[in-house]
Amino acid sequence: MGLDIRWPIGLMFTLIGVLLTGYGAVNRAGSTIGIDGQEININLIWGIVLLVFGVLMLLGAMCGKKTPPAA
Amino acid sequence: MQLIHLAWVDYTVLIAYVAFVLGIGWMLARYMKTSSDFLTSARSIPTWVTGLAFISANLGALELVGMAASGAKYGIATAHFYWVGAIPAMIFLAVFMMPFYYGSKARSVPEYLQMRFNKPVMGLNAVAFAVMTVFASGISMNALAKLLNQLLGWNYHVALFICSGVVLIYVLKGGLTSAIYTEVLQFFMIVLGFAPVVYLGLKDVGGWHAMNHSLQGVATDPSALYLKGAGITYAADAWTSAWKPVLAGPANNPMGVDWFAIVFGLGFVLSFGYWCTNFLVVQRAMAAKNMAAARNTPLVAAVPKMLFPFLVIVPGMIAVALTSLPDKNYRIPPPILSQEVYAQAVDAVKSASPADSAAGVKAVGDALGKPVSAEKIASLIAANAKDKLSDEQIEKGIYNSIAENDYDGVILSLVKKYCPPGLLGLALTALLASFMSGMAGNVTAFNTVWTYNLYQAFFVPGKSDDHYFWMGKFITVVGIGLSIACAYFARQYNNCMDIIQLVFGFVNAPLFATFLLGMFWKRTTSIGAFLGLFGGIGASALFHAVTIAHGNAPGVKGGYIHVLGEYPSEMAQNFWLAAFAFTVCFTLTLVISLATRRTKTDDELKGLVYSLTPKIKSDNLPFFLQPGVVGILLLIACVILNIIFW
Repeated sequence: MGLDIRWPIGLMFTLIGVLLTGYGAVNRAGSTIGIDGQEININLIWGIVLLVFGVLMLLGAMCGKKTPPAA
Repeated sequence: MQLIHLAWVDYTVLIAYVAFVLGIGWMLARYMKTSSDFLTSARSIPTWVTGLAFISANLGALELVGMAASGAKYGIATAHFYWVGAIPAMIFLAVFMMPFYYGSKARSVPEYLQMRFNKPVMGLNAVAFAVMTVFASGISMNALAKLLNQLLGWNYHVALFICSGVVLIYVLKGGLTSAIYTEVLQFFMIVLGFAPVVYLGLKDVGGWHAMNHSLQGVATDPSALYLKGAGITYAADAWTSAWKPVLAGPANNPMGVDWFAIVFGLGFVLSFGYWCTNFLVVQRAMAAKNMAAARNTPLVAAVPKMLFPFLVIVPGMIAVALTSLPDKNYRIPPPILSQEVYAQAVDAVKSASPADSAAGVKAVGDALGKPVSAEKIASLIAANAKDKLSDEQIEKGIYNSIAENDYDGVILSLVKKYCPPGLLGLALTALLASFMSGMAGNVTAFNTVWTYNLYQAFFVPGKSDDHYFWMGKFITVVGIGLSIACAYFARQYNNCMDIIQLVFGFVNAPLFATFLLGMFWKRTTSIGAFLGLFGGIGASALFHAVTIAHGNAPGVKGGYIHVLGEYPSEMAQNFWLAAFAFTVCFTLTLVISLATRRTKTDDELKGLVYSLTPKIKSDNLPFFLQPGVVGILLLIACVILNIIFW
């Protein structure tokens, strides 16, 4: 209905992905969880996952724009 | 002890989410030109969106919290609610019922009943649904405000009004479409917000097999973790096997149910009753852009639904496994107690003497008002006497020795454990999002049923579409107001809420029988449907009044007229009640229909009844994409899952 939902979803997750990745990269100590002896910077890792997801959504929205919706 | 402190990055995620949902509402406002745009999205939404919204409308925050709680209490058997209690019904809805809902051009589920039968039958369903949905919305908002208050220390009233305000704005601007779009957003937030928690939790317990190994140990002595009373024991696979403990009988599984109750009570009556007749979810399928999309919506939704147990139930199992491992420094949270109560308990420990530990244990138990582990308190008193412990250490010791679990706290305790600032904001925002979209979903279903099926049908027919558009918006505001009132009611009268939900259970249990006979038997008459439904509701109430679950006292829980039957658990009682009500409604509707004359001709019922509707030809669809075929494939996948976790 006029607004392709992939735009807001893609945009939001891209922004949050950038935010989490940035925070994870800058504040390593605060973003790391120690599990079973391993140190996992979950903000950095998951931030990148969110970023990739957001970008894929945006790509989907852009492709959707190129093919006009069926009447 | 329990407050979470949010960092700036967490607030940023939250604010981003709120900004986006408000933005979505604003951008959709220009497309809202008719009542149909506003209330039913004018049948314009693509399949993947309606499919995800369909599942999202069902996956409210209470389900997230509740499924983790059940995962802790019952293990993988909780997946029955998905693999038995949802998938078959969703497939049935897609393949057999959507053609009637969508093809009849009914604007709501009650409206289908009006077309098939008459206004009284429609009215019964519409009124019951309208009331239920407003209460459901209120319960959701009360739970949210309570959570924000207990977890983050926000003021209850402020939290309630702000969250309701956000929902009001985006629903008022963009109508059903707004609600649907934000439900899709919420779906991704929940998956992406909680997946890391599950991943980290599984890593922490040593992986899937290690978790199952721990759970096998727990099953032989669940009372050690306060999961069951003393002396109760199960076979080792009670938490890790979905079917074997159920087939072994009610005494041999933590749920206390038998296989018939699961298959017929849950799997058929309750499941089909919800998925096939509840307008909250069906509305999302009805908003699809064409018949094929409408039929595919529940099928698209079935895929994530099948996989959700790994996201929402496994956290509960992880929590149990973690609690059983002493070096993990984790326990399933005890009931939430105030700081004052803890302070009194700390004083009790400090003033107790190791020589008379029994008195000390009693003093601590009295201060807390909860059962405690005598051993743990005794050793705490002894440890404090030896080297003076800090208040914090004593508090932690007390926390670990409360002999009662608050299962609803499981998912949040795992979020607290594994989410650093950043990820924490995401998980909490996901939770917030699902509460809010629960309210939005209920309000959009409510405003449609009110405007078209109550207001237009009974009170003010024949007005212009502009008038009904206005009414749709007006009743949205009223609906949010009523939800807030229900939230306060739920907060104040906790026991009353149990009664109210009980009544809704009575109304829902027989409903599917009415739809089944209406859609598949042209001989069903309106009188038969009406009296059958009424009788079914009465049968539910009667069944409840004469049965009780083991361990409950007669009263709100049942058995208040006379106890004719006892069930091993409330869940079993509930499933059998559903089975009974369905059977009564079905039989009554059938018998009364045969005894009364039909009021509608075959022609009038075309498109509303199976035998009088031409089969939908999906010639242009490849064989593998036809709804019937996809349905069978999904069922096979579901059976495979059941076998894997047998």
